[in-house]
Amino acid sequence: MADPLVVIVGAGPAGVRAAETLALAGLQPILIDEAERPGGQIYRQPPAGAVRPGIYGLEIRKAAGIHGVLAGLGAVDYRPRTLVWNVFQDRLDLLTIEGHGEQRFDRLILATGAMDRALPFPGWTLPGVFTLGGAQIALKSQGVSIGRRVALVGAGPLLPLVAHQYVGAGAQVVAVLDVTPFAPKLLQLLGLAAEPGTLAKGLWYTARNRMQGLAAAYGVRAIRAEGKRQVEALIYKDAMGVEHRIACDAIGASCGLRSETQLADLAGCAFVFDQVGRQWVPQRTGQGRSSVPAVYLAGDGAGIGGADAAELQGRRTALAVLEDLGRPVDLAEAARLDRRLARQARFRKALENAYPFPDHLLDDVADEEMVCRCEGITAGALREAARDKDAAEINRLKAFTRIGMGRCQGRVCGHAAAELLARASGVGIEGVGRLRGQPPVKPIPVLGGVP
Amino acid sequence: MAGLFSRLVKRTGASILFTIDGEAVEAREGDLLMTAILLHRPALRRFEFGESSRAGFCMMAACQDCWVLLADGRRLRACSTPVEPGMAVIVDGDPNG
Ligand SMILES: Cc1cc2nc3c(=O)[nH]c(=O)nc-3n(C[C@H](O)[C@H](O)[C@H](O)COP(=O)(O)OP(=O)(O)OC[C@H]3O[C@@H](n4cnc5c(N)ncnc54)[C@H](O)[C@@H]3O)c2cc1C
Ligand code: FES
Repeated sequence: MADPLVVIVGAGPAGVRAAETLALAGLQPILIDEAERPGGQIYRQPPAGAVRPGIYGLEIRKAAGIHGVLAGLGAVDYRPRTLVWNVFQDRLDLLTIEGHGEQRFDRLILATGAMDRALPFPGWTLPGVFTLGGAQIALKSQGVSIGRRVALVGAGPLLPLVAHQYVGAGAQVVAVLDVTPFAPKLLQLLGLAAEPGTLAKGLWYTARNRMQGLAAAYGVRAIRAEGKRQVEALIYKDAMGVEHRIACDAIGASCGLRSETQLADLAGCAFVFDQVGRQWVPQRTGQGRSSVPAVYLAGDGAGIGGADAAELQGRRTALAVLEDLGRPVDLAEAARLDRRLARQARFRKALENAYPFPDHLLDDVADEEMVCRCEGITAGALREAARDKDAAEINRLKAFTRIGMGRCQGRVCGHAAAELLARASGVGIEGVGRLRGQPPVKPIPVLGGVP
Repeated sequence: MAGLFSRLVKRTGASILFTIDGEAVEAREGDLLMTAILLHRPALRRFEFGESSRAGFCMMAACQDCWVLLADGRRLRACSTPVEPGMAVIVDGDPNG
């Protein structure tokens, strides 16, 4: 009998470790990613032909580890620059530079990762406003800064990290503004100590930033970008309510991360509401099994756990696949991974509590503000539909307003739209439901290959 | 016109010549189209639903804010497309983004 066909979508830390584990067990997994080179978001590499800028904070060794894995494994059928735009039963629809294609699978591991959770604020559609992750990618993949005078705003561990990386690379960072208060970070120190290495890193960044005269302001509110044709200033209120105005030409801003869940949705996976991330995510067991027998989930695509957890989950999920295929599995290794994942989960919970969701940003969104960057749908239009058309469920709101139907398929606006709807309709955020995924999960050109 | 991005790490790759709204400009091997444009310009395209411009947002092929038009009719997602010699990018004057 031919070997079972295991297909992995996503060559980030989770997908690469899953592929490695399967290959070492004698299978020949197919590893698909739309990016040009492996590494995923955190260990994003510059395009071929470019010198590596060499900026990964403290993670250079880990990055090199992930980048090197595939080179040492002949058994992995690695297919870069391949977008998976649909899942239908046991088949993936693909788009490559050559055109459309299909891929059958016996088992599917989805390791699709995460993106920044963007929240709207006045001026957030001006040229010069990027996500924090985008600001980081500009630096690590391209060796550029998003501007000459850069302000960074956020609610999550990417904020001190990106600040540290920008300063280290010689960029001029004019403000580091945390929209969450400082106190919960102290409270969570005990939980953060569950991962001593990571905690030390976080403190190290904060200390370094301070030494370089880059103290972050905490509890910042009412942020606003101003400028005629592009960003010229960032205005905010400090924790005491005093307004400040900072001249800058670029802003990196986002509030944590959200999972990339569309393919799991199309694969028919059941979803559960993640209270910490305030997002619906595909349900998975600690071993990476979804509600659909042939489909498995690893990494940040099914709930945010960070890069180290993604690697562990990739390995653990591959072991579950092997077990379900009736292959021998190293039980001691499985137990070791389970223990490490449990520790990671405690750390993650503490981290999320240290950065509580910045409700005030959403309470402050004015009616005229664009929530949908793709088509310019405003907060007012959403509130009106919620009120006048009784659209208390997100897919109804979508039908009335087109929110989530633009080119990004709700990746950018979905979170904010759900939060605004929850506020306008008085239903909790969980009660408004989730935007259903639709193929193609990303725009596919009618002619030609992956753009 | 001043660019939005600024280079922090020197690129040693081959020079790549392309045009933005007819003006000849230079990029380096390894630059994404988005980088190549924003090193020279403050934005990538006009926004089709209002009087403004856009310069991309996520840089990771998720938000779709960075699609640009070439004079030959191609539309490309600038944050996931390497710049190529001879590309003729239209930044201003493409209201359909
Ligand atoms: C911009 C950014 C920067 C980050 N930086 C850090 C950091 O510095 N430190 C940290 O601890 N965490 C960081 N994170 C958090 C990050 O989510 C995780 O740490 C880690 O990257 C998760 O690994 P993963 O394997 O689950 O997913 P990812 O690394 O996100 O990899 C997912 C892969 O799946 C591919 N993919 C997704 N959908 C498809 C599809 N339909 N077809 C084909 N391919 C697809 C993507 O191209 C990507 O390569 C960052 C996140 C983002 C978004
Ligand atoms: S900048 Fe978001 S898709 Fe290119």
